[in-house]
Amino acid sequence: MNNEGPQAGIVIIGGGHAGGSAAAFLRQYGYKGALTLVGTEPLLPYQRPPLSKAWLKGEATAESLALRPARFYTQQNVETRLGVTATALDRAAHTVTLSDGTTLAYTKLILALGSRARPLALPGRDLGGVMELRSAADADRLQAALKPGARLAVVGGGFIGLEVTASAIALGASATVIEREARVLARVACPPLSAFVQDYHRGKGVDVRLATGVEALEGASGQVTGVRLADGGLVPCDVALIGVGALSNDALAQAAGLDCANGIVVDIAARTSDPDIYAVGDCTNRPLPMYGQMVRLESVPNAIEQAKQAAADITGRAPPMPEIPWFWSDQFDLRLQMAGLPFGATQTVLRGVPDVAGFAIFHLAPDDTVLAVEAINAPADFMAGRVLVTKQKQVAPGLLADLSSDMKTLAA
Amino acid sequence: MPTITYIEFNGTSHSIEVENGLSVMEGAVNNNVPGIDADCGGSCACATCHVFVDDAWLAKCGTPDTQEKSMLGFAATAQENSRLACQITVTDALDGLVVRMPEAQH
Ligand SMILES: Cc1cc2nc3c(=O)[nH]c(=O)nc-3n(C[C@H](O)[C@H](O)[C@H](O)COP(=O)(O)OP(=O)(O)OC[C@H]3O[C@@H](n4cnc5c(N)ncnc54)[C@H](O)[C@@H]3O)c2cc1C
Ligand code: FES
Repeated sequence: MNNEGPQAGIVIIGGGHAGGSAAAFLRQYGYKGALTLVGTEPLLPYQRPPLSKAWLKGEATAESLALRPARFYTQQNVETRLGVTATALDRAAHTVTLSDGTTLAYTKLILALGSRARPLALPGRDLGGVMELRSAADADRLQAALKPGARLAVVGGGFIGLEVTASAIALGASATVIEREARVLARVACPPLSAFVQDYHRGKGVDVRLATGVEALEGASGQVTGVRLADGGLVPCDVALIGVGALSNDALAQAAGLDCANGIVVDIAARTSDPDIYAVGDCTNRPLPMYGQMVRLESVPNAIEQAKQAAADITGRAPPMPEIPWFWSDQFDLRLQMAGLPFGATQTVLRGVPDVAGFAIFHLAPDDTVLAVEAINAPADFMAGRVLVTKQKQVAPGLLADLSSDMKTLAA
Repeated sequence: MPTITYIEFNGTSHSIEVENGLSVMEGAVNNNVPGIDADCGGSCACATCHVFVDDAWLAKCGTPDTQEKSMLGFAATAQENSRLACQITVTDALDGLVVRMPEAQH
Protein backbone atom coordinates (compact mmCIF):
# COMPACT_ATOMS: atom_id res chain seq x y z
CA MET A 1 0.00 0.00 0.00
CA ASN A 2 1.39 3.38 -0.86
CA ASN A 3 -1.45 5.64 0.28
CA GLU A 4 -0.79 5.15 3.96
CA GLY A 5 -0.68 8.62 5.42
CA PRO A 6 -0.15 9.30 9.11
CA GLN A 7 -3.68 10.67 9.47
CA ALA A 8 -5.62 7.83 7.82
CA GLY A 9 -4.77 4.14 7.58
CA ILE A 10 -6.57 0.89 8.08
CA VAL A 11 -9.49 0.89 10.48
CA ILE A 12 -11.00 -2.36 11.76
CA ILE A 13 -14.49 -2.17 13.24
CA GLY A 14 -15.22 -5.02 15.65
CA GLY A 15 -12.73 -6.41 18.16
CA GLY A 16 -13.66 -10.09 18.07
CA HIS A 17 -11.82 -13.10 16.68
CA ALA A 18 -11.98 -11.87 13.09
CA GLY A 19 -11.05 -8.25 13.81
CA GLY A 20 -8.21 -9.20 16.16
CA SER A 21 -6.85 -11.72 13.66
CA ALA A 22 -7.05 -9.22 10.80
CA ALA A 23 -4.87 -6.79 12.78
CA ALA A 24 -2.31 -9.54 13.45
CA PHE A 25 -2.18 -10.73 9.82
CA LEU A 26 -1.85 -7.16 8.45
CA ARG A 27 1.30 -6.74 10.54
CA GLN A 28 2.55 -10.25 9.69
CA TYR A 29 2.12 -9.43 6.02
CA GLY A 30 4.19 -6.27 6.35
CA TYR A 31 1.64 -3.47 6.61
CA LYS A 32 3.42 -0.68 8.49
CA GLY A 33 0.88 2.16 8.37
CA ALA A 34 -1.62 3.30 10.96
CA LEU A 35 -3.90 0.53 12.25
CA THR A 36 -6.87 1.15 14.53
CA LEU A 37 -9.14 -1.48 16.08
CA VAL A 38 -12.53 -0.27 17.32
CA GLY A 39 -14.65 -2.52 19.53
CA THR A 40 -17.90 -2.20 21.44
CA GLU A 41 -16.84 -4.60 24.16
CA PRO A 42 -14.51 -3.31 26.87
CA LEU A 43 -12.17 -6.29 26.37
CA LEU A 44 -9.33 -6.83 23.92
CA PRO A 45 -10.17 -9.52 21.32
CA TYR A 46 -10.85 -12.83 23.05
CA GLN A 47 -11.93 -16.35 22.14
CA ARG A 48 -15.62 -17.14 22.43
CA PRO A 49 -15.46 -20.98 22.14
CA PRO A 50 -14.37 -21.44 25.79
CA LEU A 51 -17.31 -19.30 27.02
CA SER A 52 -19.66 -22.29 26.85
CA LYS A 53 -16.93 -24.81 27.73
CA ALA A 54 -13.83 -24.33 29.91
CA TRP A 55 -14.60 -20.72 30.91
CA LEU A 56 -18.10 -21.56 32.09
CA LYS A 57 -16.75 -24.43 34.16
CA GLY A 58 -14.18 -22.10 35.72
CA GLU A 59 -11.30 -23.95 34.04
CA ALA A 60 -9.91 -21.04 32.03
CA THR A 61 -8.26 -17.76 32.97
CA ALA A 62 -8.73 -14.30 31.48
CA GLU A 63 -5.21 -14.62 30.02
CA SER A 64 -6.01 -17.90 28.28
CA LEU A 65 -9.28 -16.45 26.96
CA ALA A 66 -7.56 -13.43 25.38
CA LEU A 67 -6.60 -13.89 21.76
CA ARG A 68 -3.31 -12.14 22.47
CA PRO A 69 -1.87 -10.33 25.51
CA ALA A 70 -2.30 -6.55 25.93
CA ARG A 71 1.37 -5.88 25.16
CA PHE A 72 0.86 -7.39 21.72
CA TYR A 73 -1.15 -4.36 20.60
CA THR A 74 1.52 -1.95 21.82
CA GLN A 75 4.35 -3.98 20.31
CA GLN A 76 2.55 -4.33 16.99
CA ASN A 77 1.53 -0.67 17.03
CA VAL A 78 -2.20 -1.33 16.89
CA GLU A 79 -4.28 1.46 18.38
CA THR A 80 -7.27 0.03 20.22
CA ARG A 81 -10.46 1.98 20.88
CA LEU A 82 -12.45 -0.24 23.23
CA GLY A 83 -15.91 0.36 24.63
CA VAL A 84 -16.66 2.40 21.53
CA THR A 85 -19.19 1.55 18.81
CA ALA A 86 -19.10 2.64 15.17
CA THR A 87 -22.46 4.25 14.48
CA ALA A 88 -22.22 5.36 10.85
CA LEU A 89 -20.07 5.02 7.74
CA ASP A 90 -19.55 7.78 5.22
CA ARG A 91 -18.19 5.92 2.23
CA ALA A 92 -17.70 9.02 0.08
CA ALA A 93 -15.72 10.81 2.77
CA HIS A 94 -13.97 7.57 3.93
CA THR A 95 -14.87 8.18 7.55
CA VAL A 96 -16.49 6.27 10.41
CA THR A 97 -18.43 7.99 13.17
CA LEU A 98 -17.96 6.56 16.65
CA SER A 99 -20.27 6.54 19.66
CA ASP A 100 -17.90 8.81 21.60
CA GLY A 101 -18.57 11.54 19.05
CA THR A 102 -15.22 11.25 17.26
CA THR A 103 -14.71 10.49 13.59
CA LEU A 104 -12.01 8.21 12.14
CA ALA A 105 -10.69 8.53 8.61
CA TYR A 106 -9.70 5.35 6.76
CA THR A 107 -7.97 4.38 3.55
CA LYS A 108 -9.22 0.81 3.92
CA LEU A 109 -11.93 -0.33 6.29
CA ILE A 110 -12.44 -3.85 7.63
CA LEU A 111 -15.85 -4.66 9.07
CA ALA A 112 -15.59 -7.48 11.63
CA LEU A 113 -18.94 -6.91 13.31
CA GLY A 114 -19.71 -10.49 14.26
CA SER A 115 -23.15 -11.81 15.05
CA ARG A 116 -25.63 -11.52 17.88
CA ALA A 117 -27.92 -14.03 19.53
CA ARG A 118 -31.19 -14.33 17.62
CA PRO A 119 -33.86 -12.77 19.81
CA LEU A 120 -37.01 -14.75 20.61
CA ALA A 121 -40.15 -12.67 20.78
CA LEU A 122 -41.45 -14.52 23.83
CA PRO A 123 -43.57 -13.06 26.60
CA GLY A 124 -41.43 -12.79 29.71
CA ARG A 125 -38.10 -12.57 27.95
CA ASP A 126 -37.10 -9.55 30.07
CA LEU A 127 -37.41 -11.49 33.34
CA GLY A 128 -34.31 -11.82 35.49
CA GLY A 129 -32.53 -15.12 34.88
CA VAL A 130 -33.37 -15.16 31.17
CA MET A 131 -30.03 -15.12 29.39
CA GLU A 132 -28.22 -15.52 26.13
CA LEU A 133 -24.57 -16.38 25.60
CA ARG A 134 -22.50 -14.36 23.23
CA SER A 135 -19.99 -12.35 25.25
CA ALA A 136 -17.68 -12.84 28.21
CA ALA A 137 -20.06 -10.65 30.23
CA ASP A 138 -22.92 -13.01 29.34
CA ALA A 139 -20.78 -15.98 30.37
CA ASP A 140 -19.95 -14.45 33.74
CA ARG A 141 -23.66 -13.84 34.43
CA LEU A 142 -24.51 -17.38 33.40
CA GLN A 143 -21.74 -18.86 35.50
CA ALA A 144 -22.85 -16.93 38.58
CA ALA A 145 -26.37 -18.32 38.14
CA LEU A 146 -25.35 -21.95 37.55
CA LYS A 147 -24.76 -22.83 41.18
CA PRO A 148 -24.99 -26.46 42.30
CA GLY A 149 -28.67 -27.39 42.41
CA ALA A 150 -29.75 -24.62 40.03
CA ARG A 151 -32.27 -25.65 37.39
CA LEU A 152 -31.31 -24.61 33.86
CA ALA A 153 -33.73 -24.61 30.94
CA VAL A 154 -32.15 -24.24 27.52
CA VAL A 155 -34.36 -23.13 24.66
CA GLY A 156 -32.69 -24.44 21.49
CA GLY A 157 -30.66 -27.62 21.04
CA GLY A 158 -27.81 -26.14 19.02
CA PHE A 159 -24.09 -26.27 19.75
CA ILE A 160 -24.08 -23.45 22.29
CA GLY A 161 -27.16 -24.74 24.12
CA LEU A 162 -25.78 -28.27 24.34
CA GLU A 163 -22.33 -27.14 25.42
CA VAL A 164 -23.81 -24.97 28.17
CA THR A 165 -25.97 -27.91 29.22
CA ALA A 166 -22.93 -30.15 29.58
CA SER A 167 -21.05 -27.47 31.52
CA ALA A 168 -24.07 -26.87 33.77
CA ILE A 169 -24.20 -30.56 34.68
CA ALA A 170 -20.48 -30.44 35.46
CA LEU A 171 -21.21 -27.47 37.75
CA GLY A 172 -23.82 -29.49 39.66
CA ALA A 173 -26.89 -27.88 38.11
CA SER A 174 -29.72 -29.79 36.45
CA ALA A 175 -30.74 -29.11 32.86
CA THR A 176 -33.64 -29.39 30.43
CA VAL A 177 -33.13 -28.81 26.72
CA ILE A 178 -36.22 -27.73 24.76
CA GLU A 179 -35.87 -28.15 21.00
CA ARG A 180 -38.53 -27.24 18.43
CA GLU A 181 -37.27 -29.70 15.81
CA ALA A 182 -37.52 -33.47 16.12
CA ARG A 183 -33.78 -33.70 16.94
CA VAL A 184 -31.00 -31.59 18.42
CA LEU A 185 -28.39 -29.99 16.10
CA ALA A 186 -31.00 -30.19 13.33
CA ARG A 187 -29.44 -27.41 11.25
CA VAL A 188 -25.84 -28.52 11.57
CA ALA A 189 -25.59 -32.30 11.86
CA CYS A 190 -27.04 -35.41 10.27
CA PRO A 191 -29.83 -37.40 11.96
CA PRO A 192 -27.68 -40.28 13.27
CA LEU A 193 -25.26 -37.83 14.89
CA SER A 194 -28.13 -35.88 16.45
CA ALA A 195 -29.59 -39.14 17.76
CA PHE A 196 -26.32 -40.12 19.38
CA VAL A 197 -25.79 -36.69 20.96
CA GLN A 198 -29.29 -36.40 22.40
CA ASP A 199 -29.12 -39.93 23.82
CA TYR A 200 -25.76 -39.14 25.35
CA HIS A 201 -27.15 -36.03 27.05
CA ARG A 202 -30.10 -38.04 28.35
CA GLY A 203 -27.67 -40.62 29.73
CA LYS A 204 -26.00 -37.82 31.68
CA GLY A 205 -29.30 -36.87 33.26
CA VAL A 206 -30.36 -34.09 30.89
CA ASP A 207 -34.11 -33.86 30.20
CA VAL A 208 -34.20 -33.48 26.40
CA ARG A 209 -37.61 -32.43 25.01
CA LEU A 210 -37.81 -32.72 21.23
CA ALA A 211 -40.43 -31.36 18.82
CA THR A 212 -41.46 -29.04 21.62
CA GLY A 213 -42.44 -25.43 21.10
CA VAL A 214 -42.11 -22.69 23.67
CA GLU A 215 -45.00 -20.38 24.51
CA ALA A 216 -43.66 -18.02 27.18
CA LEU A 217 -41.24 -17.47 30.01
CA GLU A 218 -43.01 -17.31 33.32
CA GLY A 219 -41.83 -15.57 36.44
CA ALA A 220 -42.52 -14.28 39.89
CA SER A 221 -41.23 -11.00 41.33
CA GLY A 222 -39.39 -10.28 38.12
CA GLN A 223 -37.41 -13.59 38.18
CA VAL A 224 -37.95 -16.42 35.73
CA THR A 225 -39.55 -19.49 37.31
CA GLY A 226 -40.29 -21.64 34.31
CA VAL A 227 -40.68 -22.11 30.57
CA ARG A 228 -44.27 -22.59 29.41
CA LEU A 229 -44.42 -25.07 26.54
CA ALA A 230 -46.71 -24.96 23.53
CA ASP A 231 -48.34 -28.20 24.72
CA GLY A 232 -49.26 -26.48 27.98
CA GLY A 233 -46.57 -28.12 30.08
CA LEU A 234 -44.19 -26.19 32.30
CA VAL A 235 -40.44 -26.67 32.73
CA PRO A 236 -39.58 -25.09 36.09
CA CYS A 237 -36.23 -23.30 36.10
CA ASP A 238 -34.05 -20.72 37.82
CA VAL A 239 -32.12 -19.85 34.67
CA ALA A 240 -33.38 -19.89 31.08
CA LEU A 241 -30.81 -19.74 28.30
CA ILE A 242 -32.10 -18.76 24.87
CA GLY A 243 -29.84 -20.35 22.26
CA VAL A 244 -31.68 -20.30 18.97
CA GLY A 245 -28.99 -19.20 16.55
CA ALA A 246 -27.35 -15.95 15.61
CA LEU A 247 -27.91 -13.05 13.23
CA SER A 248 -25.29 -11.04 11.36
CA ASN A 249 -24.53 -7.58 12.75
CA ASP A 250 -24.82 -6.05 9.29
CA ALA A 251 -26.98 -3.00 10.11
CA LEU A 252 -24.05 -0.58 9.85
CA ALA A 253 -23.17 -1.94 6.41
CA GLN A 254 -26.79 -1.93 5.26
CA ALA A 255 -27.24 1.68 6.31
CA ALA A 256 -24.15 2.56 4.27
CA GLY A 257 -25.61 0.88 1.20
CA LEU A 258 -23.22 -2.09 1.01
CA ASP A 259 -24.67 -5.26 -0.54
CA CYS A 260 -26.14 -7.36 2.25
CA ALA A 261 -28.17 -10.57 2.11
CA ASN A 262 -28.17 -12.60 5.32
CA GLY A 263 -24.89 -10.87 6.13
CA ILE A 264 -22.50 -8.55 4.34
CA VAL A 265 -21.89 -10.00 0.89
CA VAL A 266 -18.18 -10.51 0.19
CA ASP A 267 -16.04 -12.22 -2.43
CA ILE A 268 -13.24 -14.73 -1.95
CA ALA A 269 -10.85 -11.92 -0.97
CA ALA A 270 -13.34 -10.64 1.67
CA ARG A 271 -14.11 -7.56 -0.44
CA THR A 272 -17.54 -5.96 -0.09
CA SER A 273 -19.32 -4.07 -2.88
CA ASP A 274 -17.13 -1.04 -1.95
CA PRO A 275 -13.51 -1.50 -3.11
CA ASP A 276 -12.15 0.16 0.04
CA ILE A 277 -14.25 -1.87 2.46
CA TYR A 278 -13.67 -5.49 3.50
CA ALA A 279 -15.78 -7.63 5.78
CA VAL A 280 -14.68 -10.72 7.73
CA GLY A 281 -16.09 -13.29 10.13
CA ASP A 282 -19.61 -14.05 11.35
CA CYS A 283 -21.08 -10.86 9.81
CA THR A 284 -20.38 -11.97 6.22
CA ASN A 285 -22.15 -14.01 3.59
CA ARG A 286 -19.25 -15.51 1.67
CA PRO A 287 -18.62 -17.74 -1.32
CA LEU A 288 -17.40 -21.30 -0.85
CA PRO A 289 -15.94 -22.01 -4.27
CA MET A 290 -15.66 -25.73 -3.67
CA TYR A 291 -19.42 -25.94 -3.18
CA GLY A 292 -20.44 -23.19 -5.61
CA GLN A 293 -22.55 -21.60 -2.86
CA MET A 294 -22.76 -18.51 -0.69
CA VAL A 295 -22.91 -19.27 3.02
CA ARG A 296 -22.81 -17.45 6.32
CA LEU A 297 -20.46 -19.40 8.55
CA GLU A 298 -20.16 -18.85 12.27
CA SER A 299 -16.85 -20.34 13.25
CA VAL A 300 -13.39 -19.40 14.37
CA PRO A 301 -11.66 -21.09 11.39
CA ASN A 302 -13.86 -19.00 9.08
CA ALA A 303 -13.02 -15.79 10.96
CA ILE A 304 -9.30 -16.54 10.69
CA GLU A 305 -9.46 -17.54 7.02
CA GLN A 306 -11.31 -14.38 6.02
CA ALA A 307 -8.98 -12.23 8.14
CA LYS A 308 -6.12 -13.69 6.09
CA GLN A 309 -7.96 -13.09 2.82
CA ALA A 310 -8.54 -9.41 3.63
CA ALA A 311 -5.00 -8.84 4.94
CA ALA A 312 -3.50 -10.55 1.89
CA ASP A 313 -5.59 -8.53 -0.53
CA ILE A 314 -4.83 -5.22 1.20
CA THR A 315 -1.08 -5.87 1.30
CA GLY A 316 -0.93 -7.24 -2.24
CA ARG A 317 0.10 -10.70 -1.11
CA ALA A 318 -0.96 -13.94 -2.80
CA PRO A 319 -4.36 -15.07 -1.51
CA PRO A 320 -4.28 -17.79 1.17
CA MET A 321 -5.03 -21.37 0.21
CA PRO A 322 -8.78 -21.98 0.20
CA GLU A 323 -9.93 -23.98 3.21
CA ILE A 324 -12.90 -26.20 3.72
CA PRO A 325 -15.19 -25.21 6.56
CA TRP A 326 -14.74 -27.12 9.76
CA PHE A 327 -15.98 -26.91 13.33
CA TRP A 328 -15.57 -28.51 16.71
CA SER A 329 -17.64 -28.77 19.85
CA ASP A 330 -16.99 -30.27 23.30
CA GLN A 331 -19.86 -31.71 25.36
CA PHE A 332 -19.18 -33.87 28.42
CA ASP A 333 -16.42 -36.22 27.30
CA LEU A 334 -17.51 -35.99 23.66
CA ARG A 335 -15.39 -34.12 21.14
CA LEU A 336 -17.30 -33.45 17.95
CA GLN A 337 -15.29 -32.45 14.89
CA MET A 338 -16.85 -31.86 11.53
CA ALA A 339 -15.44 -30.78 8.19
CA GLY A 340 -16.97 -29.98 4.82
CA LEU A 341 -20.64 -29.38 4.08
CA PRO A 342 -22.94 -32.15 2.90
CA PHE A 343 -24.49 -30.13 0.02
CA GLY A 344 -25.68 -32.63 -2.56
CA ALA A 345 -24.70 -35.67 -0.50
CA THR A 346 -26.75 -38.78 -1.24
CA GLN A 347 -24.81 -41.40 0.72
CA THR A 348 -24.16 -41.62 4.44
CA VAL A 349 -21.45 -43.99 5.61
CA LEU A 350 -20.94 -44.96 9.23
CA ARG A 351 -17.41 -45.89 10.29
CA GLY A 352 -17.45 -47.66 13.63
CA VAL A 353 -20.41 -47.98 15.94
CA PRO A 354 -22.03 -44.95 17.57
CA ASP A 355 -20.33 -45.05 20.94
CA VAL A 356 -18.31 -42.75 23.18
CA ALA A 357 -15.25 -44.78 22.17
CA GLY A 358 -15.41 -43.00 18.82
CA PHE A 359 -17.05 -43.19 15.40
CA ALA A 360 -17.41 -41.10 12.27
CA ILE A 361 -20.05 -40.45 9.64
CA PHE A 362 -19.03 -39.61 6.08
CA HIS A 363 -21.26 -37.93 3.52
CA LEU A 364 -20.68 -38.77 -0.14
CA ALA A 365 -21.94 -37.48 -3.47
CA PRO A 366 -23.55 -39.96 -5.90
CA ASP A 367 -20.12 -40.43 -7.54
CA ASP A 368 -18.51 -41.30 -4.13
CA THR A 369 -16.79 -37.93 -3.73
CA VAL A 370 -16.35 -37.32 0.00
CA LEU A 371 -18.20 -34.08 0.82
CA ALA A 372 -18.24 -33.99 4.60
CA VAL A 373 -17.24 -35.86 7.74
CA GLU A 374 -18.71 -35.74 11.25
CA ALA A 375 -16.65 -37.41 13.95
CA ILE A 376 -17.13 -38.02 17.64
CA ASN A 377 -14.04 -38.89 19.67
CA ALA A 378 -12.42 -39.97 16.40
CA PRO A 379 -9.76 -37.36 15.65
CA ALA A 380 -7.97 -39.53 13.09
CA ASP A 381 -11.17 -40.09 11.09
CA PHE A 382 -11.89 -36.36 11.27
CA MET A 383 -8.42 -35.47 10.01
CA ALA A 384 -8.59 -38.11 7.28
CA GLY A 385 -12.03 -36.84 6.30
CA ARG A 386 -10.75 -33.29 6.15
CA VAL A 387 -8.00 -34.39 3.77
CA LEU A 388 -10.46 -36.40 1.64
CA VAL A 389 -12.88 -33.47 1.41
CA THR A 390 -10.10 -31.01 0.58
CA LYS A 391 -8.78 -33.29 -2.16
CA GLN A 392 -12.34 -34.03 -3.33
CA LYS A 393 -11.41 -37.69 -3.37
CA GLN A 394 -13.76 -40.47 -4.34
CA VAL A 395 -13.80 -43.44 -1.96
CA ALA A 396 -16.04 -46.48 -2.19
CA PRO A 397 -18.50 -46.41 0.75
CA GLY A 398 -17.61 -50.00 1.63
CA LEU A 399 -13.96 -49.06 2.12
CA LEU A 400 -14.82 -46.14 4.41
CA ALA A 401 -17.12 -48.31 6.51
CA ASP A 402 -14.54 -51.09 6.81
CA LEU A 403 -12.60 -50.51 10.03
CA SER A 404 -9.78 -52.63 8.69
CA SER A 405 -9.09 -50.23 5.83
CA ASP A 406 -6.28 -47.87 6.66
CA MET A 407 -7.43 -44.25 6.56
CA LYS A 408 -3.89 -43.13 5.78
CA THR A 409 -3.94 -45.12 2.57
CA LEU A 410 -7.41 -43.87 1.66
CA ALA A 411 -6.44 -40.25 2.32
CA ALA A 412 -3.07 -40.46 0.58
CA MET B 1 12.63 -16.89 30.64
CA PRO B 2 13.37 -19.72 28.20
CA THR B 3 14.19 -18.63 24.66
CA ILE B 4 12.50 -20.46 21.81
CA THR B 5 13.52 -20.15 18.20
CA TYR B 6 10.77 -20.41 15.62
CA ILE B 7 11.94 -20.84 12.03
CA GLU B 8 9.45 -20.02 9.30
CA PHE B 9 9.24 -22.22 6.21
CA ASN B 10 11.07 -19.51 4.23
CA GLY B 11 13.94 -19.63 6.75
CA THR B 12 13.13 -16.46 8.69
CA SER B 13 14.06 -17.08 12.29
CA HIS B 14 12.44 -15.58 15.39
CA SER B 15 14.09 -16.04 18.80
CA ILE B 16 11.60 -15.23 21.50
CA GLU B 17 11.54 -15.33 25.27
CA VAL B 18 8.49 -17.27 26.32
CA GLU B 19 7.12 -17.37 29.85
CA ASN B 20 7.15 -20.72 31.65
CA GLY B 21 3.75 -22.38 31.62
CA LEU B 22 2.67 -21.04 28.25
CA SER B 23 2.56 -23.41 25.31
CA VAL B 24 5.01 -23.22 22.44
CA MET B 25 1.97 -22.25 20.30
CA GLU B 26 1.10 -19.33 22.61
CA GLY B 27 4.69 -18.11 22.46
CA ALA B 28 4.36 -17.78 18.68
CA VAL B 29 0.84 -16.34 18.61
CA ASN B 30 1.51 -13.78 21.35
CA ASN B 31 4.45 -12.46 19.38
CA ASN B 32 2.87 -12.58 15.92
CA VAL B 33 5.27 -15.20 14.58
CA PRO B 34 3.78 -16.15 11.19
CA GLY B 35 3.05 -19.76 10.35
CA ILE B 36 1.15 -20.97 13.43
CA ASP B 37 -2.57 -20.40 13.01
CA ALA B 38 -3.94 -22.09 16.14
CA ASP B 39 -7.57 -22.04 15.00
CA CYS B 40 -8.79 -23.92 18.08
CA GLY B 41 -6.82 -21.89 20.59
CA GLY B 42 -4.91 -24.84 21.97
CA SER B 43 -7.66 -27.45 22.39
CA CYS B 44 -5.85 -30.01 20.24
CA ALA B 45 -8.81 -29.91 17.83
CA CYS B 46 -7.37 -28.31 14.69
CA ALA B 47 -3.75 -29.30 14.00
CA THR B 48 -3.02 -25.79 12.69
CA CYS B 49 -0.14 -25.37 15.17
CA HIS B 50 1.97 -28.13 13.59
CA VAL B 51 5.74 -27.74 14.03
CA PHE B 52 8.84 -29.83 13.47
CA VAL B 53 10.93 -30.12 16.61
CA ASP B 54 14.70 -30.22 16.17
CA ASP B 55 15.81 -33.78 16.90
CA ALA B 56 18.02 -32.75 19.81
CA TRP B 57 14.92 -31.43 21.60
CA LEU B 58 12.36 -34.05 20.72
CA ALA B 59 12.68 -36.12 23.90
CA LYS B 60 12.64 -33.04 26.15
CA CYS B 61 9.27 -32.03 24.67
CA GLY B 62 7.59 -35.13 26.07
CA THR B 63 5.44 -37.70 24.31
CA PRO B 64 2.30 -36.72 22.42
CA ASP B 65 -0.93 -38.20 23.83
CA THR B 66 -3.29 -40.31 21.68
CA GLN B 67 -5.44 -37.34 20.66
CA GLU B 68 -2.40 -35.42 19.43
CA LYS B 69 -0.95 -38.50 17.71
CA SER B 70 -4.20 -39.13 15.83
CA MET B 71 -4.41 -35.51 14.72
CA LEU B 72 -0.76 -35.44 13.66
CA GLY B 73 -1.02 -38.64 11.68
CA PHE B 74 -2.96 -36.78 9.05
CA ALA B 75 -1.45 -33.31 9.23
CA ALA B 76 -0.11 -32.35 5.81
CA THR B 77 3.65 -33.07 5.64
CA ALA B 78 3.79 -34.74 9.06
CA GLN B 79 7.13 -36.33 9.97
CA GLU B 80 8.65 -38.30 12.84
CA ASN B 81 9.50 -35.05 14.65
CA SER B 82 6.10 -33.43 14.17
CA ARG B 83 4.31 -32.01 17.20
CA LEU B 84 1.32 -29.80 17.87
CA ALA B 85 2.86 -26.69 19.43
CA CYS B 86 -0.14 -26.13 21.70
CA GLN B 87 0.61 -29.43 23.46
CA ILE B 88 4.18 -28.52 24.44
CA THR B 89 4.42 -26.56 27.69
CA VAL B 90 7.36 -24.23 28.04
CA THR B 91 9.68 -24.88 31.00
CA ASP B 92 13.28 -23.95 31.78
CA ALA B 93 14.27 -27.33 30.35
CA LEU B 94 13.17 -26.08 26.92
CA ASP B 95 15.47 -23.03 26.97
CA GLY B 96 17.03 -23.01 23.50
CA LEU B 97 14.31 -25.10 21.82
CA VAL B 98 14.20 -24.81 18.03
CA VAL B 99 11.01 -25.53 16.08
CA ARG B 100 10.39 -25.22 12.36
CA MET B 101 7.11 -24.44 10.65
CA PRO B 102 5.69 -26.47 7.75
CA GLU B 103 4.91 -24.77 4.44
CA ALA B 104 1.20 -24.52 5.29
CA GLN B 105 -1.09 -25.51 8.14
CA HIS B 106 -3.99 -26.65 5.97
C1 LIG C 1 -20.56 -19.50 23.35
C2 LIG C 1 -19.94 -19.66 22.00
C3 LIG C 1 -19.24 -20.83 21.69
C4 LIG C 1 -18.64 -20.99 20.44
N1 LIG C 1 -17.95 -22.14 20.18
C5 LIG C 1 -17.31 -22.27 19.01
C6 LIG C 1 -16.50 -23.41 18.72
O1 LIG C 1 -16.39 -24.34 19.53
N2 LIG C 1 -15.83 -23.47 17.54
C7 LIG C 1 -15.93 -22.46 16.63
O2 LIG C 1 -15.30 -22.55 15.57
N3 LIG C 1 -16.68 -21.38 16.85
C8 LIG C 1 -17.38 -21.25 18.01
N4 LIG C 1 -18.15 -20.14 18.24
C9 LIG C 1 -18.28 -19.14 17.17
C10 LIG C 1 -17.11 -18.19 17.13
O3 LIG C 1 -16.83 -17.70 18.42
C11 LIG C 1 -17.42 -17.05 16.18
O4 LIG C 1 -17.59 -17.59 14.90
C12 LIG C 1 -16.32 -16.00 16.17
O5 LIG C 1 -16.24 -15.37 17.41
C13 LIG C 1 -16.57 -14.99 15.07
O6 LIG C 1 -15.68 -13.92 15.19
P1 LIG C 1 -16.11 -12.47 14.68
O7 LIG C 1 -14.96 -11.60 14.99
O8 LIG C 1 -16.64 -12.54 13.32
O9 LIG C 1 -17.34 -12.06 15.58
P2 LIG C 1 -17.40 -11.77 17.15
O10 LIG C 1 -16.43 -12.64 17.86
O11 LIG C 1 -18.83 -11.80 17.49
O12 LIG C 1 -16.86 -10.29 17.30
C14 LIG C 1 -17.50 -9.16 16.78
C15 LIG C 1 -17.19 -7.99 17.69
O13 LIG C 1 -17.55 -6.77 17.04
C16 LIG C 1 -18.17 -5.93 17.96
N5 LIG C 1 -19.01 -4.98 17.21
C17 LIG C 1 -20.17 -5.23 16.54
N6 LIG C 1 -20.65 -4.11 15.97
C18 LIG C 1 -19.76 -3.12 16.26
C19 LIG C 1 -19.72 -1.73 15.95
N7 LIG C 1 -20.65 -1.14 15.20
N8 LIG C 1 -18.67 -0.99 16.42
C20 LIG C 1 -17.70 -1.60 17.18
N9 LIG C 1 -17.69 -2.91 17.49
C21 LIG C 1 -18.73 -3.66 17.04
C22 LIG C 1 -18.94 -6.87 18.84
O14 LIG C 1 -19.25 -6.27 20.08
C23 LIG C 1 -17.96 -8.02 18.99
O15 LIG C 1 -17.08 -7.80 20.06
C24 LIG C 1 -18.77 -19.95 19.47
C25 LIG C 1 -19.48 -18.78 19.78
C26 LIG C 1 -20.05 -18.62 21.02
C27 LIG C 1 -20.81 -17.36 21.34
S1 FES D 1 -3.98 -24.90 18.38
FE1 FES D 1 -5.45 -26.28 17.56
S2 FES D 1 -4.40 -28.17 17.75
FE2 FES D 1 -2.95 -26.78 18.55
